[in-house]
Parts: sequence; structure tokens; C-alpha cells
Amino acid sequence: MASIEREFPEGYSEVTNSWGTAIVLRKAREDGVQTAWDRSTIIKPCPIGTDGVCCNTCSMGPCRLNEDRPDRFRGVCGASVPTIVARSFTKMIAQGCACHSDHGRSIAETFLKVARGEAAGYQIKDFTKLYALAADLGVNVQGMQTNDIAEQVGIVALNQFSQQHGEMALVKRVPAKRLQLWRQMGIVPRGVDREVVEAMHRTNMGMDQDYKNLMRQASRTALADGWGGSMIATELQDILFSTPNPQAGKLDFGVLDADYVNIVVHGHEPLLSDPLVDYATAPEVLRMCEEVGAKGVNVVGMCCTANELLTRHGVPLVGNFAQQELVIATGVVDAMVVDYQCVLETLPVVAQRYHTKVITTSNKCRIPGSLFIEFEPTRVASTVKEIYRTAITNYPNRTDRVLIPDQDSQIVAGFSFEYTKYMMGGSFRASYRPLNDAIIDGRIRGVAAVVGCDSPVIRNGARAGAAHEELVRELIANDVLVAQTGCSASTCGKTGLLLPEAQRLAGSGLQSICEALGIPPVLHVGSCVDNSRLLVALAEMAAEGGLGDDISDLPVAGAAPEWIDAKALTIGQYFADYGVLVVFRPKLHIEGSKEFQKYLFEDYEAITGGKWAHADTPAEVASLMIDHIDKKRRALGIHERRERVLFDMAMRRELGE
Amino acid sequence: MSKIICSAAIRGAHKIVARAEKSLSEALEQYGPEKEVGLPNTGYFLPVIYAMTGMEVRKLRDMFPVLDRAKVLLPTLPSQHAWVPYLGLALDAGMATLWADEIIEAIKYIDDRCPYNIVEECPDRGPDFWLGAADDVILRKRGIEFVDGTAPGFAAIVGAAPTNEIAVRIARELQERFLYVFMSATSDGRSMAEQLREEGVQLGWKTRLVPFGRDITATVFSLGFAARVAMSFGGVKPADFRRNLLYNKNRTFAFVIALGEVDDEKYAQAAGAINFGFPTIADTPIPEILPRGVCTYEHVVPNVPHDEIVARSIEVRGLKIVVTKMPVPVAYGPAFEGERIRREDLHVELGGPKAAACELTIIGDNVVDGKVTVLGPELDQIPPGASIHFGVLVEIGGRAMQEDFEPVLERQIHHFLGQAEGVQHMGQRDIVWMRIGRKAASQGLRFEHLGKLIHAQYHNQFGNIVDKVQVTIYTDREDVESLMGRARDLYRKRDERLANLTDESVDVFYSCTLCQSFAPNHVCILTPERPGLCGSESWLDGKAASQINPSGPNQPVPKGEVIDAERGKWSGVNQFVVNASHGGIEEFSAYSMLDAPMTSCGCFECISVVLPLTNGVMTVDRNYPEMTPCGMKFSTMAGLAGGGVQTPGMVGHSKFYMGSKKFLRADGGIRRLVWMPKALKEELRDLLQRAAEREGVPDLVDKIATEDDANAEDELLDFLRRVNHPVVEMEPLLA
Repeated sequence: MASIEREFPEGYSEVTNSWGTAIVLRKAREDGVQTAWDRSTIIKPCPIGTDGVCCNTCSMGPCRLNEDRPDRFRGVCGASVPTIVARSFTKMIAQGCACHSDHGRSIAETFLKVARGEAAGYQIKDFTKLYALAADLGVNVQGMQTNDIAEQVGIVALNQFSQQHGEMALVKRVPAKRLQLWRQMGIVPRGVDREVVEAMHRTNMGMDQDYKNLMRQASRTALADGWGGSMIATELQDILFSTPNPQAGKLDFGVLDADYVNIVVHGHEPLLSDPLVDYATAPEVLRMCEEVGAKGVNVVGMCCTANELLTRHGVPLVGNFAQQELVIATGVVDAMVVDYQCVLETLPVVAQRYHTKVITTSNKCRIPGSLFIEFEPTRVASTVKEIYRTAITNYPNRTDRVLIPDQDSQIVAGFSFEYTKYMMGGSFRASYRPLNDAIIDGRIRGVAAVVGCDSPVIRNGARAGAAHEELVRELIANDVLVAQTGCSASTCGKTGLLLPEAQRLAGSGLQSICEALGIPPVLHVGSCVDNSRLLVALAEMAAEGGLGDDISDLPVAGAAPEWIDAKALTIGQYFADYGVLVVFRPKLHIEGSKEFQKYLFEDYEAITGGKWAHADTPAEVASLMIDHIDKKRRALGIHERRERVLFDMAMRRELGE
Repeated sequence: MSKIICSAAIRGAHKIVARAEKSLSEALEQYGPEKEVGLPNTGYFLPVIYAMTGMEVRKLRDMFPVLDRAKVLLPTLPSQHAWVPYLGLALDAGMATLWADEIIEAIKYIDDRCPYNIVEECPDRGPDFWLGAADDVILRKRGIEFVDGTAPGFAAIVGAAPTNEIAVRIARELQERFLYVFMSATSDGRSMAEQLREEGVQLGWKTRLVPFGRDITATVFSLGFAARVAMSFGGVKPADFRRNLLYNKNRTFAFVIALGEVDDEKYAQAAGAINFGFPTIADTPIPEILPRGVCTYEHVVPNVPHDEIVARSIEVRGLKIVVTKMPVPVAYGPAFEGERIRREDLHVELGGPKAAACELTIIGDNVVDGKVTVLGPELDQIPPGASIHFGVLVEIGGRAMQEDFEPVLERQIHHFLGQAEGVQHMGQRDIVWMRIGRKAASQGLRFEHLGKLIHAQYHNQFGNIVDKVQVTIYTDREDVESLMGRARDLYRKRDERLANLTDESVDVFYSCTLCQSFAPNHVCILTPERPGLCGSESWLDGKAASQINPSGPNQPVPKGEVIDAERGKWSGVNQFVVNASHGGIEEFSAYSMLDAPMTSCGCFECISVVLPLTNGVMTVDRNYPEMTPCGMKFSTMAGLAGGGVQTPGMVGHSKFYMGSKKFLRADGGIRRLVWMPKALKEELRDLLQRAAEREGVPDLVDKIATEDDANAEDELLDFLRRVNHPVVEMEPLLA
């Protein structure tokens, strides 16, 4: 919690809530390096794009529309403002789904290779989870060898992408009432690829021009992500690399060490980064380091790759999305290894000013100026060695432009769904009963997910990163338990909010729960695909009883207070369809159509119980969420204190099984 | 705060597990790995270990894998900063503690210096009064009180009260709320059980004040008891830890009272108990864990004053106990029913070897409600140590009262009077024998109070059928003898009426689902010729109870159409059973153990089981702990027959049912009976002889083998052939 007490360079305290970011940003500027922090002040957001009313679909346009002017209500093709806004919204959702799901597919492909013994660098680590997943995927485990089970799991998992008909397998985890609603709405996803293709088809010119109908495809595509691509990624990653348990880790610039060879792993998949971490202690690595005068290799994470490594192995996290260029500007990063997603094209440009080798590893994400070492899961060891060699031999090339902000924070991270059950009852009584009881008793007012990106763009006066921190502080002070994923989690982590000691910042009710369980008031659940863990957790809350029988009955809400990427929208949409209020900041690019906005922000609640909302300031986001939680509490009749029930024998006989 | 508790529990778990390792390695050196080890007379091995893991500890070497698993559960201590969640870890540490406790305690039993008396009641004198683990006989005998609600739960008390007086007061309060008290461990070198003992309080299962052991590890006997309740009454399978623990959270209303200093080892036990949903209430200012979830309400409540601790404990556990104040100047409750009045403590003996006594409850005319008359000398007019004649006549007025209910109500007098502290009541009808202690006399107890008690309790428990109750107590010889004459006349008429009461002569049977609090799918059908398997509920009891509480656990069951007269199947009964067993049982035969036999909760007095080789059936009662010819001990059989599941070839029943014409009638009746324990055979000899004569095999009883004749099925077959037992000639039992 020290960061906010440090003295910021003049003019920087209005830019970011992170002292380290401020220090390195000033250095980058002094070094003549331009970063997203600078570009965001030069490039002003396009007002037409912000409203979502520029249609660039065909050559009769691009058409710039205006809802308030009758002559500008339709494009040349005749499409109306709501149609065009819904189109681009749906396209973004399809893109987000594609990102998470292509990630999930790549995990599934590797998983299948592992099961077939074709990927020597990996092994199955969580057998319990393998069997549980097999059961949910309808794979028979009776009398089968583990590898055969894994192979079948891999085949069924991979099939989730190409499946054309029926329902995706994991929707069986959805509470019955919710699934029934989805069936009635016709939004149960069939297969990832089919939904994305159909979404792209239906958003073309001259295609689906009923925005409500189009939104149903957006929903189906988003659900294909949440219950398909993302969930498969999470599940299989857990089986291959172990299911996270909380552990203490460090984060922020201070985790870099000038005496070590620093390798930053950045991006999303753990396929390369996970084995890469293990190699740091190999004797030949230490020997090579000795030759160049380094004490060893320090592997640190960035963005979601970091979250994968932090929650599983306690690997330090150096920064989030918004710090990726700045980390290079410290001058001590000998290699930055990226796979895909959220990777800026300017990394090699920044690296030119220093000595850093930016190594791209995926053919899906090539960047000019980078060193391309293509990664294949069948040859992990050689790729890892090559990366280490590149980084270590680059160590002597460091320039004298070195600055590591002396700042690191502690965090406790890794609250997988399985662990959250365990932490409330141990191995023998693991359940969500204590959580539901705490909510019923009002010790916990509700549960909030605060997720998504961190942005270097300053909007509505809030410093970058600060929206996460301010929102989360407000929520926990009001007894709302917070779950976080992605860069939102690490942003708050740097402020000490994800430590058990932060319980003192919580309201007295939440504090009593934190104290009883030994948890932080803010739980780090994982990377962005790990929002799927939250889906499963909400289903468990509904199933545990006492809080209604559907997700939309639960006193919960979600927010992405600095969203950037289409992936965040996809996540928002699958939560809205799950029956959850999702509050986004900054605004969604839909406000050019008041009709469409009203549909998502108001009418949607009557359809799914969930809805979208937007607020400008963290305080407004918090109050929307808390009001929603209170509304749900009233509907459940748990807004007032109730007498405890004492049991006599007749009541015990009535218990049934 | 909780972190302190969890850290202490984790430290305590490490200590206890280390102790268990040491005990085991010493025992191994002395006895070798093949040495048999276990708790006395139980089919559940080391019950917490068995219930949680399914591991059967039979020999010392079987303890190693258990300890290995316990060590896997042992967590490291939470760090000072940036700690990881500790509650789950502490609960795991608690479970490891319980397993280690059981290992330590079981090893004590193979030692020559075993600190426990393997009996139900504590010896009168001496410091070696600890009873150790409850065996399966006690479990089933006492279990029925838990399932029918006579005992709503138990308090596990660890440590000692600051003074003996407080200890006695807490014990009395718990007894008056019908709870069992299980005592273990010490604080400041003293234990609650020792304190009670010093004050002359009678300890043992009968008074519900059970001293388990002086060692902290003896606390596990409480949890072993609970784990077995779930397995024997709840039908929970070994290793199904989740169901077992949730069963206990929801149904066994137990809690821990920690008196005096709570050290690491005690915290570790408390953490173990929380797994079962049993909270800890302490009299010292330890930290608290108030949020609920693992337990129904708070997990640890500290600093409760002694005069509130019982009431607070009950509230924390979420238990409702209604205690009606009785008009007597002594303590009152079922726990006092087990009290013995020794000769040196005796004030007066009523009936017994030297005098006559009887009790009679009848429908009366012109009954004046509340009128209690003592004819003859009152208690304070009788010289201490005397034996006198004693008669009790209770006259009932009430529109719903029936003659059939007279014996049902009359039998209750035994409980009503026996539950007063300082009153010992035995027998019924004209063989009543009572003792009243000196202390009770000095506290002001008079005969008149006994009358008032009967009046109050009849209104209390039979309010729906009783409007007016008048009690006359006779203490003059002539009056008693005259009452006796009248009573014997009525007893004879009642017996005749009962003898004529057959399953065919009534249209309605009665259900009993009293045990569904613990065995949720079990239902008993009480017929005139087949009483409940626990031996304490007859058709008449069911009939009376259904009128007392029309929505209660005894419901009228119209027989409906006869489906199979031979096997005892009726459409109405089947329909009722399907509903009452929540769909678990579809069909029921009253007279067959092979075809859809009646289920058992686990309270059966006896179990009968087919011995295929002999073409016969053996019957064993719960008091017989040895191996039987079917290759199982009673406790193992009980595990198969209990929990509300139908087990063809095996059936639980009462002793009395063995004399019934309907006893296993469809399977060949009493003529199939080939083996039973000697003690049971002698106890039931008259009943069996009458039944044998009725069935035309008057020499049968002597042909029924006992453990003296055969202990294995082939041995038994030789015996049966030798004595020419009827089964030798009978058609095959298993067609």
C-alpha cells in the first residue's frame, strides 16, 4: 500500500495512480521514447466512432449517421442507426469471442497432443479436475486409463469449436432455470466457430437488420466464449499446469533485478511461459549467466500471462497492459517474450532505444522489428533454450539508461473456484454455504466482479489505474466482496488491496468474514479467460441455496472500469445474459442510438435479469452496483435482520435427505 | 481473531499427530505390526477414520497409512504478513487431529494399563472411573434416544469448571435439558468428571453424564459417536465423509463446551469438531469466530458466563429445547431415570422384595382434575430405611380417552416418576419397585409430589386425549392390597384383549417415523402382531400417539386391499410406505424377511439373518458382541440392515415379535429359528416355548443352537442334523 504514499514527479500524479509508472514514464520521455501514454494525449477519440454511428461495412459508404437528423437516420443501404450500432457491437463481441476461443483452441490442441504423448514438455498435473471435466463433457471414465480419458476430453474439448449442432457441452453447468431461458431465447451456443462465422455473416450489409434479433446472435456468440472458448482454456490450463491456490507474490516494477537477466513474458497463453519459468534454475542457465556476469535469470510476467503464472506459481508480475512499453524503458529487460493479444506494435520501437530483444513467438501475432522464434508445443525445450540464450547473451548489451523504481507490493493471488470452496470448509466440508450464509446474514452485502483492462487513456479526470482502485475501495467499504481478474486485478494488487491485511479497509461485516477465513477482501481469480471461473462460482452460489434459484436472483454485479478491448465486451455480454448487471467505463460505442442503448441499459433486464450500464466516475460505477445489489437483497427478503431458526425434533424430521 | 485460533489449532494438530506417531512406534516395538487393535465391540473400527476415509484399522500396521494421510492434511502455520486463507487449513488440521486421537486412544486399549472400564456405568468408588469409547451396544441403545428426540443432542465438555459447584450446576442444567454430557480432558490438572465425582454425582450412560477419558485425545470419542450415528442410523456409507459431516451438522445437535484454559491441543479438537458442524462455546476470553456456514450458527463463542453457558450453547447450536417446569422440589429429566439409589442413600423403599406395590391407570367417573390424595402415611412420617407397600391409582377423564389407551398411559408412570432426581423406579403393573433417596426427602420431596408429577405429565404429553387427571396414592397395606386385587383383574382382561388383537382384526395400522430425524427414509409399520423393531412402540402406542398428535410421526395407515395375505402385503400400506420413505421403498411385507422386508432405522433390538447352508434363520440381539455363525458380528450386520434400506435375507425386529404368530410367517415362522445367543434364548424362553407349542413343535426351543453348540455355519448344520431340527426337513428357504 506504499505506492500512494510515494512522492510523484510533478504533473504525474494526475496521470496515473502508480508511482512506478510515473517514474518510468518520465524516464521514457527523457529518453525520447514515445509510448501509449503520450499518444493518448495526441490522438483524441473519434466522436463518430465513440457513438458507433460510422458504418464502414461497404463501399456505398462509409456512412456517418446521426439519429437526431431524419436525413441521416439511415445509411445508403438503408440500414438504420440502431442496426448499424448493433452491428458494430456484435462484431466486437464476435472478435472478443474469437480471441478467447482461439486461445482455448490452442490449449485444447496442445492438451490432445499431451494426452497422445506427442508433447513431451507437458504432463497432466490435476487429475481430480481432469475427472470432473470428463464427467461434465460426458466422457466415460469407468475402467479407462488416465491418458485415454485425457484423449477423449481433448477430442470433446476441441469439438466444442467445430461443433455445428446441438448445445455446447459445458452449458450443463448453467443453473436449470437460466438454461431454460436461454433455450427459449434461442441463444444456447452450438459451437464457437459457427457462432463467430454466423455473427460475421449477419453483421454484413443487407443482412440481419432487426437489432434485437442480431443481439441474440451476439448473446449466443458471447456465451460460446464464456461457456466454451474461455472455459475450455481455463479448465485445460488447470489440468496441465495445476489449479491455482492462493500464494503470496510480488508485483510492480520493483520485481525487476538489475543484477539478473530479466525476461518478461507477455501475452496470454501459459503454454510457453509456464515451462519457461521452470528452466530458470537449470544448471546450464546458471553457467551461462555466470559467463556474462549475471546472478541468474529473473522471469517476470506481464498482462494475462503474468496472471496465469502468478496465480499458479507465485511468479512476480512486473506490470499490466499499460506498462508494457515502460517496462522496456527501465533498461533492464533483456528479453520480452510475447505470444498474442494486447501486444503493442511499438514494443520493438521502444526496444530500439535500449537493448531489449522483443521476441514474438506466435505466427498469429508477428511484429516488424521483433525477433521471431516460433513456438510449437512439440518442441518446448528447444524454444525455451533459445529464448534463454538470446536473453542471456543480450545481458551485456545493456545501456547505461537504467532505472528500476524501487517499488514492489505484495499480493495474495490464485482464488480458483475449487479453492474458494476449499477455503470455506477445508477438504471435508468444502462448500459455498458460508458465503451464502454471510450474504443472507448481511455480513457480505453482495459480490462484485471488477475485471478487464487498465488503460493509459485519461478520461473524466480519473488517473489511469485509479478507477479500479477507487471502485474496489468503495465496494469493500460497503461490505461487497470483490473478485478480480486480468489487468484490473494486478492494477489493484499494486495498491495492496489484494492482501489479507486490506481487510481493515472493508466494512465491518465483510471484515468479519475476511478474518474468519483469512482472505483478502478482494480475490484475485486469474486471467481474463478465467472469468469463466466466476461463471461457475455464480452457478454454485445459486445451487447452494438461500439466494433464489437463478443467477438473476443473486445480489451480484460486475464492472470493467477501464475497458479497452473487444474481449471485455464479450465478457460483459455473457454476464448480462447470465442475469448480471455489468457496468462499463468509459462509455460503450453505442450511444449514437438511444433506442439500442435503452435496449441494453433498460429493456434487457426484463429479458435476462441482467443488463448493461455505463458510468463516468468510479463512484458512480460503485453506486450503480451497490444499488443493484440492494435491489436484489430486497427481492430476496434478506435486506432486514432475521431471527435465527432453532430446530426441534419435528423440524429435523422434516429435513428429508 | 480467527487467525489466532487457526494458528493454535494447526500447532495443536502437529503436536497430537506427533504424539500419535510416537505412540504407534512404541506400540510397534512392543507388539509388532500384526497386533490387533481397535475400540471395544464396534463394527466401525476407529470410527472417525472409518467414516471419513473408509480405512479399516484392524492391526497396528493399518495405522501407518492413516497417519500418512493425516500428515498430508497438516498445514504450515499462516505467515505473519500476506498469509494465505487459514480456515480451510485449520479444519483439515482438526480432522488430522481426530485421526491421530483415535490412533492414540486405540493403542491405549491394547496396553495392560488401559485407563478405561469397558462397562456402561462407572464403578461406585475409586479414581479409575473413566469409561472410554461407547461400544455399539451403547450406541444403539442410546441412539434411539437421539433419534426419537428424548435426547436432543450432546455436549462435549473439555476441561474443568472453576469450582465443583459450578461443575455440578452445569451438569444439572444440561441433564434437565435432556442432553448427554461427554467429558474429557483437563484444565489446571482437573477435569469436570472428577469434579462431579467428588460431589457424589452418579456418572455413566444411564445418567447421561459420561466420563470418556482424562486425556484430551479422548475428546474424539464424542465425534466417533456422532460419525457412527450417521453410519448406523443415517445409512451413510464409510468414506462418504461429506454426507456424514453434513448429516451431523443437520441432525446431531452437539456442541463443545470448553471450560478453563484452551491450549493448542484443545483448539485442534475444536477445529475437528467444527468439521461436524459442532461449535465451541468457552468460558474464557479466547478469540471468536462468529460468521456461520460450516456450523449452523457461530463457530467459536468465547467468554460466556457459567450461568449462561448452557442456554447460550443451545442457542449457538441452533437447538430448540422446551423444558416444562415440573411441580417437584428436585431436578427433573430423563437423565435422572438412570440414577441408582444405593442402600446407604435410601430413605424409603416402595414395593420390592419386602413389600407390594402396583400402579393402575383407568378411565374414571367424576374425575376431579388435579386432585391428588395420599391415603396413609406421607413420606416424612415414615422412618428412614423402611420398606412400605405402595399403590398408585390414576383416574382419567377425557372425551378422546379409550380403554385401549389405559395400558399405554400406565406404562408412562415408570418414566414420569423415574425422571425425578432421587427417585428410582423399576417394573410396572404389580411388580413396581421404587426407592426414594435421603437427599430428595431432605429437599422436601413427598408422595404428593409424585401424584402431581403424574398429573402434570399426563396433561403435558397426552393433552389431546386427557382432560382430567386424578391421582390417589395408597401407603397403607390394606388399601394397597385391595387396589392390587382390582388391578390384577384388569391386567388379565387387558392381556386377553391384546391376545385377541390380530392383524386381521383391525383395518388400520400405524406408522412410526419418529426416527426420520436421523434415518430420513425409514418408516416402521406397527401392526397388532408386529411391534416396532426398537421394542418400545406397539400398535396401541401408535394408536394413542396418533390421537395425541394427529400430524406427528405416528399416522394411521389404512390397510387397503390385501395383496398377499401370506407375506403381509396391503395396498394401503404400500402406498403409505412409498410416500413416507420419500420414494425409497416401494413395497413392504410384514411377514417376510426375503421379499421386501421392513427397513430399519438402526434401533433394532435383534437382527435375524438367513443362514443359507442350514436352511434356517439365526437371530442375534444387540447385547451379543461375539462372532456369529453368519460370519458377522451384530455391529457389522447392523451396518447392513440399518439406515432405511431394504436388505432381503436380513431384518431388524423387537424381541417380543419372536413370540408373535406373524414372526417371519411367510418364510416358515419360528420353525426356521436355528441359532441365537444363549442369554437371549434364556431371556425369551417362555415366549419361545409358547410360540413353539402353538406351531406344533413343542421341543423346538432346545433344538435351537447357541454359541455353546456352534459358531460357524457348517458346525451349526451338523448340530441341526444331530438334534433333528425341523429345518432339516423343511422346504428350501431360498427357492
